[in-house]
Amino acid sequence: MPRVEVAVRVDALTYSYPGHAPALHDISVKVMRGEMFGIIGPNGAGKSTLCKALNGLVPHFYGGTYGGTVTVAGMDTMKHSVAELSLKVGFVFQEPTNQFSGVSARVDEEVAFGMSMTGFPREEMLKRIEDSLRQVGLEGLEERSPFELSGGQQQRLAIATVLAVKPEVIVMDEPTAQLDPVGKTEVLETMRALNKEGYTIIVAEHEIEELATFADRIVALNEGRIISEGSARGVLTQIEQLKRMGVDPPSVTELSHLLAEELGLKPHQYPITLDEAIVLYRDLLEGGHS
Amino acid sequence: MSLIGVQDVWYTYDNRFMALSGVSLGIEAKETIALIGQNGGGKTTLAKQFNGLLKPTKGRVLVKGIDTRKVPANKLALTVGYVFQNPSHQIFSSKVWDEVSFGPKNAGLKPDEVDERTRWAISAVGLSGFEQTHPYDLDYGKMKLLTIASIMSLKPEVYCLDEPTTGQDHQGRRRVAELIRELNDAGSAVIVITHDMRFVAEVAKRIVLVAGGRIVADGQTREIFEKTDILARAQIRSPQITQLAHALADHGVPPNLLTIKELADCLASIIRVEKERGSRHA
Repeated sequence: MPRVEVAVRVDALTYSYPGHAPALHDISVKVMRGEMFGIIGPNGAGKSTLCKALNGLVPHFYGGTYGGTVTVAGMDTMKHSVAELSLKVGFVFQEPTNQFSGVSARVDEEVAFGMSMTGFPREEMLKRIEDSLRQVGLEGLEERSPFELSGGQQQRLAIATVLAVKPEVIVMDEPTAQLDPVGKTEVLETMRALNKEGYTIIVAEHEIEELATFADRIVALNEGRIISEGSARGVLTQIEQLKRMGVDPPSVTELSHLLAEELGLKPHQYPITLDEAIVLYRDLLEGGHS
Repeated sequence: MSLIGVQDVWYTYDNRFMALSGVSLGIEAKETIALIGQNGGGKTTLAKQFNGLLKPTKGRVLVKGIDTRKVPANKLALTVGYVFQNPSHQIFSSKVWDEVSFGPKNAGLKPDEVDERTRWAISAVGLSGFEQTHPYDLDYGKMKLLTIASIMSLKPEVYCLDEPTTGQDHQGRRRVAELIRELNDAGSAVIVITHDMRFVAEVAKRIVLVAGGRIVADGQTREIFEKTDILARAQIRSPQITQLAHALADHGVPPNLLTIKELADCLASIIRVEKERGSRHA
């Protein structure tokens, strides 16, 4: 029964914010359970709008004109409220402090706040606070103020508040865009670990070189339309297409494209990560010596 | 005499946090310097010394030979322009044109000159056609370009750009890189505070690495990216291309290559030589 394995199905989604031209145009994508799915594209491509369509903020909160269907964890987003959807779809914003309730003086209270609407018994809440803080590596910081944390810690706290609800899908809208390199690494490692635990993660991300190391599949958007979709390698090796739409491919992939003729490489053989590139070029240079 | 001279500067915030401890450096005309290091290390505190936004607790900063403690910050702003990381900390007009013309108007320039500079700066950052737009109706990348234009209209001799590529896509980054080159060519020094090492490799000729309130490395971009131990201690990862060049150093690749083009040319020539050797043997 392959149907149960589909976590997210977007079917012919066209959407316009009130009084604007369509932000999304005939978008159809499918995300399988347990996948790490990347959304890439230049600013204004519709990445954030697509993320918000997955937890119902589009159209329930923003209004506008909407066509097509979005099904997440078996729920049609048009037929369920944002509150209902939030139990199945965790959403992490770009700016972690936008997500905080602002009323919690402590890290553990902040995690509890997200669950307080769900009516869990106290014992269960305590267990979930402990579990979710451990999953993001914030154990030991329970009593700190959320606003005293570093950027990377704040974003991990935002992820913990989402995890406590035990969602089936986690959607992240450029979660590392505002962080320094240490913070970026912390959040990316957390995402990687959660995906390994089996979480389905959908992430809009500018850090293409990082995304290349762990995304299973990627969709590239430009001006609200799908430009390409498929395996990370399939999408990231289309160098000219990415550059035309204003996205930098991984440096090592672009390098291999420049050398393709010289080396007789086909796009599907281009490395997309540093490790792959090291292996490929070492082999080539050693081969030459023999 | 340096355009900016920082002489053994110490800086302690009101809460007694010592953000700079004995920092010295000189900045010359036409330089492009990347100021790098983790948050909390002192980069921004140092950059704010350049135009008198902060004044040293001990030591001194000379801008064209004048001690920043002896001139008000608004005077210094005509020589050293500072573009903040967060555009909303800087933008206060309701039209792009007004935002860019504010500086020269405020500096008392003649209306013709104000108009000319405003038009020039708006066009240089690629915002022609948006003159009457409300700054907050621009997307984030364009808003950041607007904040650069509003400093350009003052024609300062030194620009400090705080995280100019954050939130920019490929095209926005390229635009900022071109702009920096143009400002350099016109004689200005540009200091870029950034975490974006690919961008550093593309635009900056010199790196100043700040950590723990001190300068831990200062030199040519190529040299600094070779110092993997110092970078690792400061938790900085050099660009992917430089890392690959490093990994291939045993195979005759110079470990200090910075750009995709440099490494591609180098690999192509190694491979060509190998091929020729191969065909001669055959």
